[in-house]
Amino acid sequence: MPDIQLVGVTKHICRDVHLEIEDKEIFVIVGTTGAGKTTLLNVISGVTDYKGSVLIDGIGVDKVSRRKRGVGYLFQSLALFPHLTVGSNIAFGLKAAGVEKTAAEDRVLSLMEMMRIKHLKTRYPHMLSGGEKKRVALARCLAPSPRILLLDEPTSSLDHQTAKYLRNELLDVLKRLEITTVYVTHDLREAEEIADRIALMSKGKVEQVSTPRDFFFNPQNECVSEFVGMPNIIDCTQSRILASGLVEVVSDDIKMVLPYDGNRIKRIAIPPDDIYISDARPPGPALNRFTGTVQEITYLHSTVRVGVSIGKNTLLAELPVSAFNEISLEKGKEAHVVIKMRRLRYVES
Amino acid sequence: MKKTKPLESIWGMLPVLVFITLWEAVGRFKLFSGQFFLPPFSAVLAEFYHLTANGVLGKNFASSLVRVLVGLCSGSAAGIFVGVVMGWRKVINQALNPIISLLYPIPALGWLPLLMLWIGINEMLPITIIFICSFFPVVYNTATGIRNVDREYILAAETLGASNMRILFKVVIPLALPNIFTGLRLEAGMSWRVLVAAEMVAIPTGIGALLMQAESLVRVDIIMVCLIVLSVMCLLFEKIFALAEKRMVGRWSAHA
Repeated sequence: MPDIQLVGVTKHICRDVHLEIEDKEIFVIVGTTGAGKTTLLNVISGVTDYKGSVLIDGIGVDKVSRRKRGVGYLFQSLALFPHLTVGSNIAFGLKAAGVEKTAAEDRVLSLMEMMRIKHLKTRYPHMLSGGEKKRVALARCLAPSPRILLLDEPTSSLDHQTAKYLRNELLDVLKRLEITTVYVTHDLREAEEIADRIALMSKGKVEQVSTPRDFFFNPQNECVSEFVGMPNIIDCTQSRILASGLVEVVSDDIKMVLPYDGNRIKRIAIPPDDIYISDARPPGPALNRFTGTVQEITYLHSTVRVGVSIGKNTLLAELPVSAFNEISLEKGKEAHVVIKMRRLRYVES
Repeated sequence: MKKTKPLESIWGMLPVLVFITLWEAVGRFKLFSGQFFLPPFSAVLAEFYHLTANGVLGKNFASSLVRVLVGLCSGSAAGIFVGVVMGWRKVINQALNPIISLLYPIPALGWLPLLMLWIGINEMLPITIIFICSFFPVVYNTATGIRNVDREYILAAETLGASNMRILFKVVIPLALPNIFTGLRLEAGMSWRVLVAAEMVAIPTGIGALLMQAESLVRVDIIMVCLIVLSVMCLLFEKIFALAEKRMVGRWSAHA
């Protein structure tokens, strides 16, 4: 039975939204700013009124107040109470539930240990770093043992490293607690790392719900395809393991060596911004470097998309306008391409 | 809070010392004509000692202090209560806001003639004036503070399962404290100013009454003693509330 169901939910920009979120699933909603992601969290938590129905464990909760929905909600602003210490912030929900003092203290301590914030117990929120605040807010949400956790951009406004570190820890905690989680972000890479399934929202509509891999290999419409960056999908005709964690794949005239640990690769998705393009041969070994002919040049808002044919394959590269202006690429001219190995996605056969 | 360096303290005291020295010199050496209207500072100090020793100052000061404390405490308590209710419940705010807005701009002393007729010349008169003086600004500041509490704090508390009363007392009122203290601090000093005016006009005891008696006897030294006492009390009351505010909200309010 799905743990959360949204049936014909209408609120603000969201129009007739239907979603089913499985029990213990980490369900990530991605989309641009104003797509209606936070509105859906507000609907599930009951902090806003709405049309339609929300069912939790198959039971309608539309008439259940936000106090009793059993939902932990991490607001984007975090909303840590500035007048309470870290310990008191985390204990707030426990005291509200009438948990006995020593039991509440034990719970607060165990949560602080889990989130590695035990040393912050007596500090006030203004004394904490961005990452520490997020951990405290998360511990506060988890304290009353909610059935569902709603996270609104939990790693926003953190630097890349801290965000990645927090995301890994968060994933670890969520898997350990086996709590149904709805996670909102605008960053598809973040969604990929953490999600069991992803829903893409655009202008209040759910465009696609699928596994992270399907997002790249099977975008269901132009909107999804546009959001994931129209990746280059390469069908592999051959694949062989070179060494542990290293595989050579062949697709017509393209032969690549990739870091990969698993069975045979059937398809590869390469984001256009992960393809380096130049009018001169780039330095370095001739690994994953190809020479082709420019087939098309398309100017987008702030980037330029260049199509380069390499044998039977055509690779699309995307680069900022400023970078494009520094090189001289023209239709029909030779171009050099390097495939970066940062964000490749694979389909195994 | 930043500690004041000793040099800064001396620098701040310098104008006061210069002023007292000039005052003493002008008074003692009779530098201007009509000098009996300006006794030297030392004479004022001597009179302060004399009034304290014979109990006149103490008796009048105690009368004024009791009036201020009773009026300020009751006015502030009522103001905080009404302000909290108005800030917390929109419907009550809509009902009370027009009448509060109409009465708030009336200067506290403007009520004096009416109150003299309504309650007569007795202890209740200055207390009522101080009550009015402190009630309206505290209502206004408290209601504003309560209304301005970020709604996300309330929503966060609700999703954590807190009841309305718990949210009010554990989240909203503490977060509104800086605003509430602004009202209290302003009125703490103001209550002394209003009290003296009331005592000068209508009440035969208290610092204000002592001022009026001194004026009729052309005792400039006593007038000056009273003015110094009033100045110190205004400052002291404001400082007490500032200190209380610092203790209660200083650890977090600047960063809220």
